[in-house]
Amino acid sequence: MPEVKQAHEATETYFAEFARLERETSRQPEWLRLKRKSAMERFADLGFPTTRQEAWRFTNVAPLARITFKQADAKGAAREAFKPALLGDVAARLVFVDGQWNPKLSALASLPKGVLVSSLAAALESGDQGILEGHLACYAEDADHAFTALNTAFIRDGALIRIADGVVLEKPIHVIFIRTGGAQNTVTHPRTLIVTGREAQAMVMESHCGPAGETYFTNAVTEIVVGENASVEHVKLQEEGDQAFYIATVQAQQARASRFHSHSVSLGAALARNDINSVMAGEGAECTLNGLYQVAGTQHVDHHTRLDHAMPHCSSREYYRGILDGKSSGVFNGAIIVRKDAQKTDAIQSNKNLLLSEEAIINTKPELQILADDVRCTHGATIGQLDPDALFYLRARGIGLESARHLLTRAFANDVIARIHFAPARERLEARLLARLSAAWKPEEVL
Amino acid sequence: MLEIKNLHAQVAGKEILKGVDLKVNAGEVHAIMGPNGSGKSTLAQVLAGRDVYEVTEGEVFYQGKDLLAMAPEDRAREGIFLAFQYPMEIPGVSNMYFLKAALNNIRKAQGQPELDAMDFLALVREKMKLLGIDEALMNRAVNEGFSGGEKKRNEIFQMAVLEPKLAILDETDSGLDIDALRVVADGVNALRNPARAIIVVTHYQRLLNYIVPDFVHVLYDGRLVKSGDKNLALELEEKGYGWLEVQPQTV
Ligand SMILES: Nc1ncnc2c1ncn2[C@@H]1O[C@H](COP(=O)(O)OP(=O)(O)O)[C@@H](O)[C@H]1O
Ligand SMILES: [Mg+2]
Repeated sequence: MPEVKQAHEATETYFAEFARLERETSRQPEWLRLKRKSAMERFADLGFPTTRQEAWRFTNVAPLARITFKQADAKGAAREAFKPALLGDVAARLVFVDGQWNPKLSALASLPKGVLVSSLAAALESGDQGILEGHLACYAEDADHAFTALNTAFIRDGALIRIADGVVLEKPIHVIFIRTGGAQNTVTHPRTLIVTGREAQAMVMESHCGPAGETYFTNAVTEIVVGENASVEHVKLQEEGDQAFYIATVQAQQARASRFHSHSVSLGAALARNDINSVMAGEGAECTLNGLYQVAGTQHVDHHTRLDHAMPHCSSREYYRGILDGKSSGVFNGAIIVRKDAQKTDAIQSNKNLLLSEEAIINTKPELQILADDVRCTHGATIGQLDPDALFYLRARGIGLESARHLLTRAFANDVIARIHFAPARERLEARLLARLSAAWKPEEVL
Repeated sequence: MLEIKNLHAQVAGKEILKGVDLKVNAGEVHAIMGPNGSGKSTLAQVLAGRDVYEVTEGEVFYQGKDLLAMAPEDRAREGIFLAFQYPMEIPGVSNMYFLKAALNNIRKAQGQPELDAMDFLALVREKMKLLGIDEALMNRAVNEGFSGGEKKRNEIFQMAVLEPKLAILDETDSGLDIDALRVVADGVNALRNPARAIIVVTHYQRLLNYIVPDFVHVLYDGRLVKSGDKNLALELEEKGYGWLEVQPQTV
């Protein structure tokens, strides 16, 4: 069975690379070395998931497991001229090129007091070890998630954001992970840690992008700690190249009365898998998980979300929409867990899918596990085509068929994007989406 | 302007229109009346190009062109407007955006310059005043959450902005109270001129007190069985549709 052998070789490469990284990162603190080592052991135990595992039933990572990915090397990349899509008015910008922090492209000047934005690598060498040791790799669960284990094993660089108690950040922090040309058969493991104190407020946008036509792998993990009565809005824009593998976890940990709003916009990659989880670990926490995936061709996109209502009086709102064209496929799996003590839980989940072609496929499934009795949990999923009545109505008013399709699809998607509070991020996403939909159809100029 | 010859149409294998003939000249207002299910909406929708209705026989000429060969959007661009009996809701698309796209598509097709945001707003404000439409409604999604009356009013408002050559109103009066009916009728009457034709489809004679037609036709079981002037509408109001059954007559 040559395939198995191939996969074995590819896995072996991770061990060899790990050993190499051990030598290169000898200045990392001991606690992290131990965490990384046990994560590597975890990965060795788990191996890559297969479609026999329920959580990976519809997402086959065998093609990824077969390829030997080397650690990306950012040394040559700095020479190239990059024009990453930037948000205009930001509090700080952190840019990572092929996994490594790029100071020249970043902007960290004039941060308000109480706000720390740094490269993780730099902080691990010289920063406040208290925050790092207390939070890094403390939330993202790797017990049954090989990719999270792999990311932890390879922690080297990424973003560290710390907002002190009571600090309200008016402008967003933009974290950009760019893969450059020459990324073929390389992997990065971006790691982001966001820790907000009591009554702090922040908005972080995380962009992942890379070149088309190259087979590379991005394996990202983001951990977000939302302090008591604090508020965090996290926007993820995934625009990896069309041949890329993108696997990512966002794990939030919410304290009492905190608000966490996650928006996951997944547009790129050949295969994208997003695990987005929040543990509402304090009373009265609120969590919103919104998402939009738009895929075509043979793209595959998977969102697995998990809302853990661990305490009473928490509410969650989940709102995912998908647009699938061509022979693309999608997965939405929304788990809601209501623990025994989590009385008065209020959870609403909705997943709506628009299939623009007959060959596109979506698998959508709620997964409710309710152990408390005084709760409200509702969920609903729809799969459909563009409404022919609405299309006719637009055409009967002189709007051409292509434009009408474009308009309705855009409206469907904008319903998610409109929920992003932060206007510049929202406008950027609207523009990106418009460009993609306009490439699919040729709307008349008058639209 | 419009000539319908022996039009047959079916939906889901069932014949609804069984040979309709009608000629409408510029400047005329025609009323088409008939009981529920007689095929009034089917006729209106076929003229607008709804493809669920299959034309099995006959032909339709509009300004000398073969109307049935035209796409719905091209019909609209050539000046046909259908006020829907049940207007669709379009979530996520604002009335303002929708109407501007519609108007500029039509203007472009007719060789007129597109209106910019300022000029469009000025035009829209004028028409809103005419039809007593609240400006807040313009920023709402098309028909979403509108009451029945608001939807009907919105149709006539769209018509006022788009200024069609041939307007077909499908039961625009149904579900309107008398004040709203007057507003709608005023909107329609304001559009009356020698270059335009209007077809008013209605179930009730009431509307015709406000929009006085030149001709009244009765559609019964897929055929126009009787034609006359506005007095025919009064006769129908008095006698109901029942008496038609006894004396069917092809126009
Ligand atoms: N989309 C459709 N599918 C099936 N039957 C239809 C459809 N539209 C209309 N019909 C049928 O065609 C007949 C005529 O309907 P319609 O034209 O709406 O009449 P009216 O407008 O005069 O009340 C009715 O029997 C109705 O049930
Ligand atoms: Mg009708």
